[in-house]
Amino acid sequence: MSDLEEIKIKELELKANEIRQSIIEMLIEAKSGHTAGPLGMADIFTYLFFEGMVHDPQNPSWEGRDRVVLSNGHICPVLYATMAHAGYLPVDELKTLRKFGSRLQGHPHREYLPSLETSSGPLGSGLSQAVGMAIADIIDSGIDTRRTIYCLMSDGELDAGNSWEGAMLAGKLNLRNLIAIVDRNNIQIDGFTEDIMPLEPLADKWRAWNWHVIEIDGHSFEDIHSAVNQAKAVFESPTVIIAHTIPGKGVGYMERDFRWHGTPPGIQDIDGEPKKEEQSKIALDELRSLGRKISGYHND
Amino acid sequence: MLNSNLKLNQRLFSDSVEQIPIRKGFGEGLLAAGEMDKNVVGLCADLTESTQMHLFKNKFPERFVEIGVAEQNLATVASGMAAMGKIPFITSYAMFSPGRNWEQIRTTICYNNRPVKIAGSHAGISVGPDGGTHQAIEDIAIMRTLPRMVVISPCDAIEARKATVAAAQNGTPVYIRLAREKTPVITTEETPFEIGKAQIFFESKNPETTIIVTGALVYKALLVAKKLEEEEGIGLIVVNLSTIKPLDKETILSAVKRAPKVVTVEEHQVFGGMGSAVAEMLAENFPAPQEFVGVKDKFGQSGTPDELLEHYGLGVAHIKEAVKKVLSR
Repeated sequence: MSDLEEIKIKELELKANEIRQSIIEMLIEAKSGHTAGPLGMADIFTYLFFEGMVHDPQNPSWEGRDRVVLSNGHICPVLYATMAHAGYLPVDELKTLRKFGSRLQGHPHREYLPSLETSSGPLGSGLSQAVGMAIADIIDSGIDTRRTIYCLMSDGELDAGNSWEGAMLAGKLNLRNLIAIVDRNNIQIDGFTEDIMPLEPLADKWRAWNWHVIEIDGHSFEDIHSAVNQAKAVFESPTVIIAHTIPGKGVGYMERDFRWHGTPPGIQDIDGEPKKEEQSKIALDELRSLGRKISGYHND
Repeated sequence: MLNSNLKLNQRLFSDSVEQIPIRKGFGEGLLAAGEMDKNVVGLCADLTESTQMHLFKNKFPERFVEIGVAEQNLATVASGMAAMGKIPFITSYAMFSPGRNWEQIRTTICYNNRPVKIAGSHAGISVGPDGGTHQAIEDIAIMRTLPRMVVISPCDAIEARKATVAAAQNGTPVYIRLAREKTPVITTEETPFEIGKAQIFFESKNPETTIIVTGALVYKALLVAKKLEEEEGIGLIVVNLSTIKPLDKETILSAVKRAPKVVTVEEHQVFGGMGSAVAEMLAENFPAPQEFVGVKDKFGQSGTPDELLEHYGLGVAHIKEAVKKVLSR
């Protein structure tokens, strides 16, 4: 494994910043949808679509591609925005999110957007689908398959039994071609995960099902890169990357606040937050200024 | 008299008619489908032998996945395998799949348009002594409301085998409902089968009543038709409705237009089941008086299959009574 060059890291940071701006813009236009999770996962999506994954946006049904299953479908603004920036769909189309007739349904639906690997929304079912893909891949290509099946999932959806049923089966079958990435942002709709339904010790739970566990800073491209490469090198078991992320990452007033889980900016006044008329502008200004800072650094 | 064009079992009305569990036909069909297409895979939730998937497992161990007692996982893993080009068959008791995993079937199979084939064994109250927890009598209702889902309820083991082979090839999600108990063999190797085609198994010279029946009760309906025709001169048509969805509107309408009093017979709740599907279609196209033979908003209990069929009003006498009642309307 080679380290990411500094220039590549800056490119990815800049791309993630553009994707965060797109997320905010599409949510403002849609007037509904989820904000905190998509912002928190922007770095991981950027890494996969612009560095880690084997895929071809010009030929989305190419048989040899890696698969990425988004299990917690509600964070689809980050999936759509990343796919648009990667060339799967026009960036302009992002403004149709959640509107009648749009390919960008409120939760992902592959009947409308066939380049999606699956439709999702009801929580807890994505990991098992990725497990099924990994089993099928090994049946077809053998245990030394070069394909990777990624499952992106939330911590909150680990409340659901279906998630652990999938984890148990993957551990039993030593699915080395499977990488689950858990967005460990500690929030869900009703509050903090440890108040709603404690998940800790989370890494131990996965280890108990025979998974290789890596914990990372989900906003560090070095960490993400190193974890994905380590996962590919592990032959004996599936790997879960527990990515510690900051919900709302990039917009100061949203960070770490579960009240922004399912609310876009500009819709309602929230105690202690900017007034609703100012929320959108503050969010976009902050992200744009961050983008300029990254570019400046890059140009130095 | 029996429809001679369909080459039904000549010994059907003899006391020594061969009896085979319908689920056995599924097991043989899956094995045949697996031999025909290497993409056919089997997944089971800890009931491999009683769902008859062991025949496939023994022949193709590398294409079989033991999921354990986890029916939600059963459906979702199958969806993922289908996404990679496989044709997964998933089996458990109908009470657990599709009973326990309905939302996963809806979202990851039907909404997601993945051709997963769900075989629900031990459907109906004739499961017997296991009792009400294990008697699926709501499964037709919950499956037929799902867009894209094809619902098949074979009348005997031979039809189950043909339905299973056909399901492997049809490209859509399919639910196949299977009874546990030995059931008289009605059809033969030569009897045609096509998903979506209802068949007129019996027709009197001057029929007044159409019995539309599905699954293991087809045999009882045929007994009733023969007796009423021979002993009381009542003319009937008996339609074997093995595909409940999509509904064969043409065959049903042609029968009901000739014999416009309807009795539907099913080992299922009358609410939302096959009879409801028929009534919905007739109400729009050719309204006809209809009696529903089925379970009337009750749960099952322990007993022998015959005791239970009698107790819940699904016996030969009940079908007869329903025919007479609808004739008087």
